[in-house]
Amino acid sequence: MKGRAADYLVLDPVSGTYHENPEQVVRDDVEKHYWLNVGRTIVKDWRLYLMLVPMLLVFLFWRYFPMYELLGCFKVTDAVLPVNEQLFSGFSYFKRLLVGGDSLSQSFWMAMRNTFLLSFYGLCFGFPMPIILALFFNEVRSNATRSVLQVMTYLPKFMSTVVMTSLVALLVKQGSIIGQMGIVSQALVKLGLISEEVGNAGLLNNPGFFRAIYQISGIWEGAGYDSIVYFAAIIAISPTSYEAAQIDGAGKWAQMRYVVLPSILSTIVIMLITRIGSLLNIGYEKVLLLYNTKTYVTADVISTLAYRTGLGGGAGTGIASAAEMMNNVVGMLLVIGANTIARKAANTSLY
Amino acid sequence: MKRKLEISELIFKILSYFLLTVFALMCLYPFVYAVSASISGRHAVEYSEVVLFPKDVQFEAFSSMFQNNMFWNSYSNTLFLTLYGTIWALGVSILGGYALSKKRLLFRKTFNFFLVFTMWFSAGIIPQYLNYLETQKVFQSVGIMDDKWLVVIAMGMAAMNIILLRNAFENVPSEIEEAAIVDGATEMQVLGKVYIPMSKSTIATVALFFAISRWNGYFWARQMISNQNEHPLQVFIRLQLEMYTDPDQMTGWNRVYAPDSMIYALIVCSIIPILIIYPFIQKYFAKGANAGGVKE
Repeated sequence: MKGRAADYLVLDPVSGTYHENPEQVVRDDVEKHYWLNVGRTIVKDWRLYLMLVPMLLVFLFWRYFPMYELLGCFKVTDAVLPVNEQLFSGFSYFKRLLVGGDSLSQSFWMAMRNTFLLSFYGLCFGFPMPIILALFFNEVRSNATRSVLQVMTYLPKFMSTVVMTSLVALLVKQGSIIGQMGIVSQALVKLGLISEEVGNAGLLNNPGFFRAIYQISGIWEGAGYDSIVYFAAIIAISPTSYEAAQIDGAGKWAQMRYVVLPSILSTIVIMLITRIGSLLNIGYEKVLLLYNTKTYVTADVISTLAYRTGLGGGAGTGIASAAEMMNNVVGMLLVIGANTIARKAANTSLY
Repeated sequence: MKRKLEISELIFKILSYFLLTVFALMCLYPFVYAVSASISGRHAVEYSEVVLFPKDVQFEAFSSMFQNNMFWNSYSNTLFLTLYGTIWALGVSILGGYALSKKRLLFRKTFNFFLVFTMWFSAGIIPQYLNYLETQKVFQSVGIMDDKWLVVIAMGMAAMNIILLRNAFENVPSEIEEAAIVDGATEMQVLGKVYIPMSKSTIATVALFFAISRWNGYFWARQMISNQNEHPLQVFIRLQLEMYTDPDQMTGWNRVYAPDSMIYALIVCSIIPILIIYPFIQKYFAKGANAGGVKE
C-alpha cells in the first residue's frame, strides 16, 4: 500500500522547498519486496530454518494429517475413494449419533455421560489430593524423612499403564478354580465394605465399582508426583509471612487461609486449566485395559467407543470420527474457556 | 525466634505425619506384594496366605520366564524402542526448540502456535490409526519392513517437551552466543558447544520423559506391530495377563507356582530397570514436574 502524498514530500524549513522523504521510500521498498526479503533472510540464515524442518514435518505428518483424516466424519465413507474425493454427507453421522435412537446412539450418550463423570469425579477427588499431600509434606521438617516419603509416593508414576492395570486386575480379581479373590478384595470383605459374593465375582466385572477403581488407581498413580508442583510453590513462601501471621495470633487454619492459599493460588489455577483442558481427553489406554464387556455401562468412554466402532474400517471409521470430533471440539472449547476465565479472574493463564 | 506450637498446629503436624506415612506405604504395598507373590508357592498365592512376606519360597516362576524366548525378545524390542525412540525424539526436539528460542526467527509465533495447537486438539484414535496405516504403507514401500521403526519415528513426539527445551534455551544469556559467533562458531557449534552444555539438566529431564514414555508405551505398539516377535515388553505382559488370568485356559495348570506368580514375576522384571535408575533420575523428574507448571 502506498503512503499519502504528504508522507513522500517533506518541507525543508531552511530552503522552503519540498524534497523526497527517504524513510518512506525505504518503507515502500520493504512492503513491495516483503516476500523477497523473507526469502533473503531465510537463505542467509538457512541453518537455523533447516533445524526447524524435522520438527515441522513430524508434527505435520503425524499430528495434522490425522486431523485431515478426521474430516472423514463429514463424508460418505467409501473405502475405495480417498478422503478428498468423497462427497460431503454433511452432518448425517452426527445426526445418527445424537438423535439416531438406535443402539449406537444410546451407546454414544452413555459414553458421553461416562466421559463427563469420570472427568468430573477426577476433578472432585483426584485434583485436590496432590494439594493436600503438598500441605502435609510441608509439615515434615526433617529433610531426610520427607525425601523418603516423597520418593515412595512418586514411585507409581514411573510404572506403565499396563503394569498398573495388571496389578489392579490381580489385586481385585475374581475367585475361581485358580485361586481365591484378590488380596485387596479380601481386605474389603473383612472390613465389611463389600460382600463375599461381590468380591468373588471380581470387582472389575462389576459396573458399580469401575469409577471408584479408576479414581483410586489414578490417585495412587499420580497424586504423589503431582504434589511436587504445589510443594515447590509452598516452600517458596518466605518464612517471614508465617511469622507475621503468627504474631497476629493466626492459628494453623488462619495461616492456611491467609498465607499458604493465596501463595499457591496461581499454581492451582494453572494446574486446573491443564486439567480442564484434558477433561474430555480421558486416558483411553487405562480404560481399555481396565474395562470389559460387563462394565461398559459405566466404563465406556467416547474414545473407547470410537475405537471399537472404527477399528474394523469401512463405514465405522466415519461414525467413530464423528464421535471423536464432538469430543475434541468440546474439549478444546473447555480449555480455551477455562483459560479465558482464569486470565480475567486471577490474571493467570497457561497459554 | 522459638515459639511454642499452637494446639491446632500440633494436631495438623501429627495428622500430616500419620496420613503421609499411610499413603506412602499404600503406594509401595502393591510392589512389595508383587515381589512376594512372584516367589511364593502355588497354594500360598492361590489361598491368599501371602499378605506381605513370601511363603514357601520358589524361583520357578522366574526361571521358567527366563527360559521363554518371547520374554527376552520383547525385552530387547523394548530396549530398541526406548533407545532409538529417545534419540530420535530428543534430536528433533532439541533442533526445533533451539530454532524456536531465537527471537530473529521469522514467523516465530506461527510456528509456536503450530506446536501448541496439537496440545489443545488431537485428532483422536481412529484418524490417527488410519494415518499410521498410511504411514506403514509408505514405510514398507521404501523398504522399512520392521514396524518398530514406525513406532520410533511416527510416535511419541510431545509439544510440551519441545516447549520445555525452548524455554531453557531462551534462558541462556545471549552474550555467550555472541562471543561464540565472534569467534567464528557456526550455528551447529553454537548449539552443541554453548546451548546444550548450558541446558544439560533440562535436556536430561526431557530425555527422561521420552525414555519413560517409550519404555511404558503399549497401545500403539499393540495396534501397529503385527509380528509377535517384534512386540515390546508391555504388550507381552498384557498378552500374558490375558492368558494367565483366564480360568478356562488354566484348568490343567500343574506347576509349583500359581499362574498369578508368572504375571507378578513379569511385572517385577519390567520395573527393575526403572527402580535401578530411579534414585539417580528422581531429581530430574521433580524438576520436569515443576517446569510443566510454569507459564509458557
